[in-house]
Amino acid sequence: MAFVQQSSPHAHNARPTSRVMLWVVIAALPGLLAQTLFFGWGNLINVVWCIAVALASEAAILGLRKKPVAFFLKDNTAAVTGLLLGLSLPQFAPLWVSAIAVISAIVVAKQLYGGLGSNPFNPAMVGYALVLISFPVAMTTNWAEPALLWKNAPGFGETLTTIASAKQTAVDAWTMATPLDEYKHKIARHTAEEVLRHPTFGNGIARGWEWVSAAFLAGGLLLLFLRIITWHIPAGFLAGLTIMSLAFGNNADQYAPVSLHLLAGGTMLGAFFIATDPVSAATSHQGKLIYGAGIGILIYLIRTWGNYPDAVAFSVLLMNFAVPFIDHYTPPRTYGHHKARRGITGRNQG
Amino acid sequence: MSQLWDFAGGVHPAENKHQSTARPIRTAGIPDHLVLPLQQHIGEPAEAIVTAGDRVLKGQKIADVTNGMGVPVHAPTSGIIENITDLPVPHPSGMNDRCITLRPDGEDQWLPLNPVSDYRKLDRDEVLAIIRDSGLSGMGGAGFPTNIKLRPPRDRKVSTLILNGAECEPYITADDMTMREKAEEVVAGLKVMAWILRPERCVIAIEDNKPEAAEAMRVATEGTQIQLAIIPTKYPSGGEKQLIQILTGMEVPSGGIPADIGVMCQNIGTAVAVSQAVFEGKPLISRIVTVTGEAVREPGNFEVLIGTPIEYLLEKAGLQADKANRLVLGGPMMGYTLKTTAVPVIKTSNCLIAATASELPAPPPEQPCIRCGECAEVCPMELLPQQLFWHSKASEFEKAEHLNLFDCIECGACSYVCPSSIPLVQYYRYAKGEIQVQKAEQLKSDRARERFEARQARLEREQQEKEQRRKDRAKAAAEAQSKKKAEAEKAATEGDATDERASKAALVEQALARKKSKVDATKAETAEPVREKPDIETLEKQLQQAQSKLETMQGMLDDAKTQQADNVDKLERAVAKNHDRVKRAEDALTDARNQQANQTESQSTE
Repeated sequence: MAFVQQSSPHAHNARPTSRVMLWVVIAALPGLLAQTLFFGWGNLINVVWCIAVALASEAAILGLRKKPVAFFLKDNTAAVTGLLLGLSLPQFAPLWVSAIAVISAIVVAKQLYGGLGSNPFNPAMVGYALVLISFPVAMTTNWAEPALLWKNAPGFGETLTTIASAKQTAVDAWTMATPLDEYKHKIARHTAEEVLRHPTFGNGIARGWEWVSAAFLAGGLLLLFLRIITWHIPAGFLAGLTIMSLAFGNNADQYAPVSLHLLAGGTMLGAFFIATDPVSAATSHQGKLIYGAGIGILIYLIRTWGNYPDAVAFSVLLMNFAVPFIDHYTPPRTYGHHKARRGITGRNQG
Repeated sequence: MSQLWDFAGGVHPAENKHQSTARPIRTAGIPDHLVLPLQQHIGEPAEAIVTAGDRVLKGQKIADVTNGMGVPVHAPTSGIIENITDLPVPHPSGMNDRCITLRPDGEDQWLPLNPVSDYRKLDRDEVLAIIRDSGLSGMGGAGFPTNIKLRPPRDRKVSTLILNGAECEPYITADDMTMREKAEEVVAGLKVMAWILRPERCVIAIEDNKPEAAEAMRVATEGTQIQLAIIPTKYPSGGEKQLIQILTGMEVPSGGIPADIGVMCQNIGTAVAVSQAVFEGKPLISRIVTVTGEAVREPGNFEVLIGTPIEYLLEKAGLQADKANRLVLGGPMMGYTLKTTAVPVIKTSNCLIAATASELPAPPPEQPCIRCGECAEVCPMELLPQQLFWHSKASEFEKAEHLNLFDCIECGACSYVCPSSIPLVQYYRYAKGEIQVQKAEQLKSDRARERFEARQARLEREQQEKEQRRKDRAKAAAEAQSKKKAEAEKAATEGDATDERASKAALVEQALARKKSKVDATKAETAEPVREKPDIETLEKQLQQAQSKLETMQGMLDDAKTQQADNVDKLERAVAKNHDRVKRAEDALTDARNQQANQTESQSTE
């Protein structure tokens, strides 16, 4: 008789990577739905387009690298990168801009570093930062107005033509800057009361944006519930941002209030879907808290005193740089040891 | 019930225990041959004390360990020793090892037994000797000789004795069924061990998925001071370190033993074996083995003679050979696969799983690690399994060691949950093995270097001595030359004729005298050590050295304590050891002084 030879454990009960990624997609659907309801068809078209480009470029580069294409495509990680970019790019970002973002994310940031699991930076955020710096006009002027402000909302066909045409002049009537950007520029000359009278902000915090943020928060809680992410990164992230804006921005006539920071930008999407990308994040619980808090703090700094309006991408990338360092100094204390062995290998032995 | 603590991580694999608890324990019977490996436990292998063709009785000692740590092997039934040769043994590597093959004669004739009616009347060491001579080694996992485990270091008092009935591995029910059916024996064995150790607290820990066993133990422990702890079902709560944490909230220091924190764990099966050894005088010749899996028709627990081939046991349980895909010895989390059914049951074999392909399917192909951190979430030792994996894969063994690779208990929880189906434990075993090989090589090369340096020094010294001798000879020759010259001159001047014969006679005499003195010298040399005087000075020096070392160790310990360093426990042990050393030196010195006093006395009386 020939028996199978295998090393222990012989029992497995894993949720394969592909299913984990599928859950991330599902958890992002409420946010996408909210975006479509409040800002039109733009994000939905972006998401479909970005996923398509992501899968195509992943397949192409895997082919070039002579890796099993189907095996890796099935893990759904490329689709998630495409999804995240589709969710975060401006609603009317031209097709070519999003394509460049996705291709650089998949090809450069992921596969050229060695593929799944080897990328030191969050691929989606690399793609985002690249197009933000390269095409600042296309990236900052193509945000849709909330649906309620539209006199005659663009339909699906019109949105698609706009995105595909690559012309920006035709859509001036529907596009605008994001509320955070708006607040930041207007508060220099007006009081908070005057700024908030602007229709962008509506009666709540920021018309439409608050609902999108709430939907992403709900999706994030689903991921937490499913134990796909742990609470450490989102908690550190939100705590860092909140504490910073309470400490420095308590005067609403000078800086954006904390509610705007939490609900008017990419904060919730960033906290639950982007910063939690395990490949490029810190690993231990303590490390995750530090990593998340670092992102939150950087977001506040960049939003308040930086020149670019999109702080999440830069903050995540900057903290990606710090991950190896954080990991060195935050290993957990192992059972039976008095304290953790911290720092670089070879020191603090014993 | 007393307080329970939780341990970090852990998983909840499908239990699959009901299959093998439906029937009571069955006796497997006597197979047509028994294979008894000489090494069934940690320590030195036993040496055969029988030869092929000998007839042995049931319970007769057939192999023993005379040097070092180990326990004897006994004949599980009466019969003829067929041969002593290398045969496949249960080992993850599928290796062969020295085994005694016994051909039973079917009479099952016992050796006269010497049960102890009241062990309390005996000396503790005598009871420990009975336990050793009965061939007891731990029956849960590693198989540590029980008598040695029951004699913790003198400076370590065992205050808590734990009987481990957690049995957290899926499929295995050997301890469960033993507790259900032999509760009295379990308690009797535990009482003997408690009498030896005198702990303040005795606990039997059982996972809450074994209510029948817990009830049986509750009845058996009624009226005693033995506590029963029903612990939550979670793998690996039966791991020694985890169980200690659950019951006491304390952690076994890294690199230490439970006795360091005053705890000792013993297995259920071991307790039964202790009871049988003491009260019935029976050596360890059989054990309870769970035979289960979807490829056997009648899964259950068997009382199996040690040495019974797996093949025979599978047949007893109704193996469906066409269905069996994987044979696992041990549980599905930590057991290992067998290549052949020719291997025997040994003292540590607790479970045999004949699994079908659908029951334990082959894992999907390995994918890249995405650092999801699931492994760290479930690790009961609070390690960073993924970092250990990268470093092991990249052969960065130093970094893996730095992240406490050697604290890994190989429970397999990380592999169990890995979404990329990476065989993590396999990587750790590889890294541990490589590090041990490297260390052994380092040691070897260090020794070689020392030897080389010593040789160089010796050669140099010899060269110098040779040179010195040459110089001396030259000097002597020159002196002789000058003397001769002077004599010749003297003779020439005095004109005395030298008597040639007289001078020759003188030379012969000189030679004889030289030889005699040489013989005397050697005689003196050999005679001298006959009456060796105790060297009080050296002993005093030794005592001083030992004392100063103790002081420095104590100083280091105090420093470490104030800094709360990691090595406090190690230092504590070192200090205790040095205490012993000082004590020994003092004893030796007083002995020597007494001896000297006696000698001088006897001399004076003479």
